[in-house]
Amino acid sequence: MSQKQHVTLTVNGVKRSLEVEPRQLLVHALRDDLGLTGTHVGCDTSQCGACTVLLNGEAVKSCTTLTVQADGAEVTTVEGLGDMNDLHPVQEGFWEKHGLQCGFCTPGVMMTAVGLLKHNPNPTEEEIREGLEGVICRCTGYQNIVRAVQYAAQKTSQQGTAVEVAAAGSGSEE
Amino acid sequence: MISSTFEYERVSTVAEAIERLQAAGGEAKLLAGGHSLLPMMKLRLASPGKLIDISAVQELHGIVREPDGLVVGALTTHAHVASSPMVREYLPALAQAASKVGDLQVRNRGTLGGNLSHADMASDLPAVALAYEAEVYVVTMDGEETLQAEEFFLGPLLTAMPENSVMRSVKFRTPPSGSKSVYEKVPHPASGYAVVGIAAVVAVNEDNVVTHARIGITGAADVAYRARGVEDALIGKAFTEEAIQSAAVYASDDGMIAGDLYASEAYRRQLCKVHTARALRKLLAQ
Repeated sequence: MSQKQHVTLTVNGVKRSLEVEPRQLLVHALRDDLGLTGTHVGCDTSQCGACTVLLNGEAVKSCTTLTVQADGAEVTTVEGLGDMNDLHPVQEGFWEKHGLQCGFCTPGVMMTAVGLLKHNPNPTEEEIREGLEGVICRCTGYQNIVRAVQYAAQKTSQQGTAVEVAAAGSGSEE
Repeated sequence: MISSTFEYERVSTVAEAIERLQAAGGEAKLLAGGHSLLPMMKLRLASPGKLIDISAVQELHGIVREPDGLVVGALTTHAHVASSPMVREYLPALAQAASKVGDLQVRNRGTLGGNLSHADMASDLPAVALAYEAEVYVVTMDGEETLQAEEFFLGPLLTAMPENSVMRSVKFRTPPSGSKSVYEKVPHPASGYAVVGIAAVVAVNEDNVVTHARIGITGAADVAYRARGVEDALIGKAFTEEAIQSAAVYASDDGMIAGDLYASEAYRRQLCKVHTARALRKLLAQ
């Protein structure tokens, strides 16, 4: 076993220190070391996107990122999006438009949608479908997922604020 | 899936990376975005003893305009390339190809240099590198080297990168003024990789005669290739639907076309012809 390395991550605004093997995947640091089990492992081959988190604000697959690569970075997981009393517009969209059935893929889909809306706040339906190419949902046929993202885009533009993640912004300065 | 064990080190300069590569005696791999290397390591198709993380090497990031082209740093992500106003203006086929690599999350991590040095036979960017006659700038133990795109890709997962070297950047040449370019792709329905991908660059003079034609084709052969048969058939002819149809028949002549479980050799040859014609038709319509 190779020597463990010290890594510091800011996860959902909170600074966390870990000792990890270089080969540990970020998704396992989040789930196993930090107990943030909202991020799921689906295919584990960089296809399905269930493990998607925001790394320094951009949607990435945490099963294809080493924890050591994320040293010093800000990570936002689905737990950092919002809570039951204050849903993120994307979460609200999935609630209102019934954007899930079994829910396994949903955290990754939502984090990908946040990453998409950050760069394209008013996407067309086609752009939403293209943007969600890297997530696989085996239940819904995507129709309501697309509607959920459209809802989030509309809601956000009505509020006149960018789709951002409150918790990530309040973290320590890296 | 977890890879076998390895040592990990982050470096901050190219010189440091080369020094570490040398010291590891062939056991080390460079790590950029990791989106080609880490999946291979997880499947244990690759088991390097050491990863040298170059992602923090500042000099390898960014896009610079030069009189004859755009120099794209090896660590520039596909997302950055695809959204760069300079790339979209001067090298539209590069922006289009970068926007079709993998998916949104992959494009946020995957890098131009990583993609080209991995040299997957179905990767999008080699076609564009050929069509824009790219130069690959490499730093070796002995200094700098320049490799032409056509001599860079040797076979599946095989490039002309010298031992213990780091790709610094790639210059994509801006084609003659008045040129048009496009990237046309048939993605594999499951993997998204190119079954065929055609990068086409064409310039015509005031009499609509083709003065410059460069066609790069990826996915169809064991390695991306220049479709010189198509280029030769176009140059000197009026750029018309008839010229496109008679040139496109040569689209698979310059590659070692092979069949696999998904597409037979004959089907791939047909796709090369049909989609080269479609790419050229898009340029005709622009």
